[in-house]
Amino acid sequence: MKAAVITFPGSNCDSDIARVLSDFYSAKVDRVWHKDQFSEKYDLVILPGGFSYGDYLRSGAMAPFSPVMKSVKEHTDRGGKLFGICNGFQILAEAGYLPGALIRNRNLKYVCKTVGLKKASDSNKISGKLGKDQVLRVPVAHGDGCYFASEDIRKQLKDEGRILFLYADENPNGSLDNIAGICSPDFKVSGMMPHPERAMNPITGEMDGKTVLDLVIGA
Amino acid sequence: MFIARINVTLKESVLDPQGSTVKSTLHELGENSVQDVRVGKYIEVKLDSPDLETAQKTVTSLCEKLLVNHVIETYRSEIIPG
Repeated sequence: MKAAVITFPGSNCDSDIARVLSDFYSAKVDRVWHKDQFSEKYDLVILPGGFSYGDYLRSGAMAPFSPVMKSVKEHTDRGGKLFGICNGFQILAEAGYLPGALIRNRNLKYVCKTVGLKKASDSNKISGKLGKDQVLRVPVAHGDGCYFASEDIRKQLKDEGRILFLYADENPNGSLDNIAGICSPDFKVSGMMPHPERAMNPITGEMDGKTVLDLVIGA
Repeated sequence: MFIARINVTLKESVLDPQGSTVKSTLHELGENSVQDVRVGKYIEVKLDSPDLETAQKTVTSLCEKLLVNHVIETYRSEIIPG
């Protein structure tokens, strides 16, 4: 597998996701600076977590205008997979790849903890394979993770099986309908607030992040 | 030269936890006439435009492209000679 991990000014989870891709999937991983463009045919492009452009103006608002996003568009036009984690999810929403917006956590607190995730429906091509009551334990770390979209959009996401994950036991940010991540209509573009790359360490035994990535990469 | 004063606020339909918190504190101060508080942001842009109409068009474009996320926010702006 060939993957690209984009680094924006302020990205800070780029090394983490690049390492798990090469360690666990033997992926050939290229690190791409946001000012560069690429013509390589990647299987997967990752927009990592962090604070692109310092979260100035709004989380993820400036990154869509980085030169690399032209190449990212060509990648998705070719049918390549695009996965945004945390700030990457915020960027995908701001860039219009995914509907809705990520707004300030309802309790105004930055939240950093491990939460439970479950599938929303069998029809989601990525998470639908999970068991009915299967709960994955994956960390979140964000201040702007409350998913907001109009009722119509949320109904559409539900009807089309495009909800990637729901928060299972507690909702850490006040996200509407407990939404933790969503997908594009063709399931090629997906984004989620929790950090699977932070739950992929055999030493600590926290490996549920690998289940998440297996699903995203395999779908 | 013109100065655009742009006020961005969350739409009425979007929960504004900052506004709610400020309202609660104002109530604790005994300011019970306060019905609602919305916290937004103020952006000031200096523009080198030939006339007011062009400046207005530019400001609309800036807000459409970047300054305002229309999923969650709304804005109003005024332009003054600067």
